[in-house]
Amino acid sequence: MSIVGKGKRAIQGAAQSVMKKAVELAPDSLLPGGRPDPLIRRQHGQIGRPVSRVDGPLKVRGAAPFAAEVALEGMVYAALAHSTIAKGRILTIDAGRAEAAPGVVLVMTHRNAPRLAPPPRFLSAAKAAAGDDVPVMQDDRVRWNGEPVALVLAETQEQADHARSLIRITYAEEPAATSLATAGAHEVGTFMGEPLSAKIGDAEAAFAAAPHKVDAVYRTPPHNHNALEPHAATLVWRDGALFVHDATQAVAHTAWSLARIFGLEEDQVHVSSPYVGGGFGGKTLWQHQILAAAAARLADRPVRIALSREGVYRVVGGRSPTEQRVALGADADGRLTAIIHRGVTPKTPHSAMPEPFILPTQSAYAAKTIALEVRTCDLDLVANTFMRAPGEAVGTVALECAMDELAEQLGLDPIELRLRNEPETDPVSGRPFSSRNLAVAYRLGAQRFGWDRRNPVPRSRREGEWLVGMGCATATYPYHRMPGGAARITLDAGGARIDVAAHEMGMGTATAQAQIAADRLGLPLEAVTVRYGDSSLPGVILAGGSQQTASVGLSVMMAHRELVGELLKLAGNDSPLAGLGAEEVESADAGLRKLDDPGRFESYASILGRAGRGELVVEGSAPMPLETMHWSMHSHGAMFCEARVNAVTGETRVSRFLGSFDCGRIVNPKTAASQFRGGIIMGLGLALMEETQVDGRTGRIMNRTLADYHLPVHLDVPEIDVIWTDIPDPHTPMGARGIGEIGITGTGAAVANAVYNATGRRVRDFPITLDKLL
Amino acid sequence: MSIAVNGSAVKPPDDPRVSLLDLLRETLHLSGTKKGCDQGACGACTVLLDGQRVLSCLTLAVQCEGRSVTTVEGLGADGALHPLQHAFIEHDGFQCGYCTPGQICSAVGMIGELRRGVPSHVTADLAAGAIPHSREELRERMSGNLCRCGAHNGIIDAIAETYAETTHAEAAE
Repeated sequence: MSIVGKGKRAIQGAAQSVMKKAVELAPDSLLPGGRPDPLIRRQHGQIGRPVSRVDGPLKVRGAAPFAAEVALEGMVYAALAHSTIAKGRILTIDAGRAEAAPGVVLVMTHRNAPRLAPPPRFLSAAKAAAGDDVPVMQDDRVRWNGEPVALVLAETQEQADHARSLIRITYAEEPAATSLATAGAHEVGTFMGEPLSAKIGDAEAAFAAAPHKVDAVYRTPPHNHNALEPHAATLVWRDGALFVHDATQAVAHTAWSLARIFGLEEDQVHVSSPYVGGGFGGKTLWQHQILAAAAARLADRPVRIALSREGVYRVVGGRSPTEQRVALGADADGRLTAIIHRGVTPKTPHSAMPEPFILPTQSAYAAKTIALEVRTCDLDLVANTFMRAPGEAVGTVALECAMDELAEQLGLDPIELRLRNEPETDPVSGRPFSSRNLAVAYRLGAQRFGWDRRNPVPRSRREGEWLVGMGCATATYPYHRMPGGAARITLDAGGARIDVAAHEMGMGTATAQAQIAADRLGLPLEAVTVRYGDSSLPGVILAGGSQQTASVGLSVMMAHRELVGELLKLAGNDSPLAGLGAEEVESADAGLRKLDDPGRFESYASILGRAGRGELVVEGSAPMPLETMHWSMHSHGAMFCEARVNAVTGETRVSRFLGSFDCGRIVNPKTAASQFRGGIIMGLGLALMEETQVDGRTGRIMNRTLADYHLPVHLDVPEIDVIWTDIPDPHTPMGARGIGEIGITGTGAAVANAVYNATGRRVRDFPITLDKLL
Repeated sequence: MSIAVNGSAVKPPDDPRVSLLDLLRETLHLSGTKKGCDQGACGACTVLLDGQRVLSCLTLAVQCEGRSVTTVEGLGADGALHPLQHAFIEHDGFQCGYCTPGQICSAVGMIGELRRGVPSHVTADLAAGAIPHSREELRERMSGNLCRCGAHNGIIDAIAETYAETTHAEAAE
């Protein structure tokens, strides 16, 4: 039984009665036997065209305004002082010199900060947006090394930064748990309210009896998102209401959460975030927005808080490290008899996010027995959080390396081993797959990559100093659609505007959604605009879980149903459409026409004109995500890597990479390719260089700069080939599944497997740095 | 003495601590130049100082007195996009757009270095004069400009296409 699956569905938080109501309201296409979204079969519209980004001209001119670039009259600048101990109490604060420094407007500490409610922690409520629920500057407690302990406001950033350096704080230090070795008890982790464990049969016994087996431990380090735009907010109080220009992937969640913290009504907080300079899970509600709002209220001045790069490391958590055991048992034919995937990952006492690394394993292979478990313990560190493909990014590292190890032991091609274990139905939940074409992705990918040129014998290809190898691995990420989707369509004679509280962090949201809406409404692309990134717009749509395309797409689909109904009412008896019901017509050519009689047509402009209406405004809400209760819904990819390892220095260079994806229908091949590549490149970082280094003695992050935390740079990134099956998923809006996260999954293992093929060295401790290959 | 920013004379700041980056962003409201780290590690703040690329976060504004600064806002002529800006859109050389102005300014400065024969770590012939625009040269020379969204392929494609065309046009003249 699928405890994990239940956990994922628990995000819906739906009581039985609500679910029944939702079933009634759900569009047919999302239910078994229902009709698929009609856009799936539309072949010559905007969907599928490589449209350039609609915000491209703004971005290449540097004219897209980010959160720290909004100038407000009378604005002051914030600087944060961070604790230098991991746990304890603040004994003394000497802020006198700071307060007397030029330009200083305010020094805020726990002594004068306004009283605030604790931040609503992610998943604790539908619109909770905070990484943890630690009270923000409310007492003398210190809970992690780097926690903000004072904030300075000054007329310029230079003055604020200088004054901050003058603050002297003493502490009474207490013993802290700052490494796995010093952590307390390990317990089964819970994720979204359910334990992270699953059990089918007796996996340990089946493993013990298996004729072929692999049993290994893989370790992944902490990671940080490192979006190029540091977290920032520019905010102002006006008449008791709070206006925030934020960099967030959760405008509605942030507005609701800030209202709770400051004791306001939800509509008294307005969050605007039209451009976000990268998010990857990290751009949610952290202490900086709360502290800036508190200080702005104390000082009665608008405030800009732009975290320094170090400040981002201190205030915003990243991905937790993992230690994963994968044990695979197989019979002589290479059929899996046991999969054991269990291990430990730390979190913090105030966060609710054990890195759920077993998620990719639950739907991966048709094993007869399965045992999955994540154990967790609490460390006194900055709260870890969601980072691109939480669970899958690092879980596939362990699982897919183990599969490679098993293939070698069996003398099987690694692709063949995977295909022999392709499941018919979801092995843990038992549900049918909505659409699963991993075998197609492997076939297409292997052919294009030249997999048949791989020598299965490690260390058999050498070019000068360079050992060359190939590896592959499976990528996987689920289809998500969270509750709360809603959108508004404003139609006039010239076209339509879509209003939706969605986000643009580089995914191409406005572009893809304009394409979809153009097809949905039968309008040319240039007649559609998409307004997004503002909490005043409809919808509670987290830019997370790769769900925005589906969530927004379905919301617009539902709004379109409303629109058709309203248009037919307005059309009345004088229209060629007279007497037709909403199910008998479709949108095309900027109007409505009868499905089986296209001659019965009237344009939107004509309908609105005869009715004397300048515009028509409708809103639609997406039903509960029932599709994920009926089907096991996952995207997949076959990842191929060619790595070259220097036999003298141990340096690894990735020379070729191919991702062959099965992610449903691709809405925009240009922006989709970029998202796939972006995920893969972050995966190359995970494989070869990325690691947040925490001083185990003090709990302080040591490499808190972009010079010390290594990301893939241009010379590290080869030309990355991406292809896709483009097979629509009949049970999703537009036939599409999200693509923002899958690229980082499977990549780490593909690189590690290529390095093994090149060198004969199996590195299980990530990242694969050169010292591990010497 | 004043600083010429995109052709306009600008008074240097009174506070000598002000970086060129903060002068641009906070005083002149030219926020196309981005702050990604403020410590010279990411390249997002790259501008052209007398035609050469510099990190404006590591350049004090007062060092620029009597000199000419070109930012992303000053690249195109008469409000039109620079050919490289066009190519970035065409090749999808960005996602979030935050590193983009720095990538573009850096590329413009980098091409000048190639033409002047300034060698890099991957240059095979140090005495060759003008250096060919190989992808490896472009990738090595752009490695100081970080991109977290992973638009690297599109960025290099955009640069290669723009300056390959320029080279052809120059050859035809």
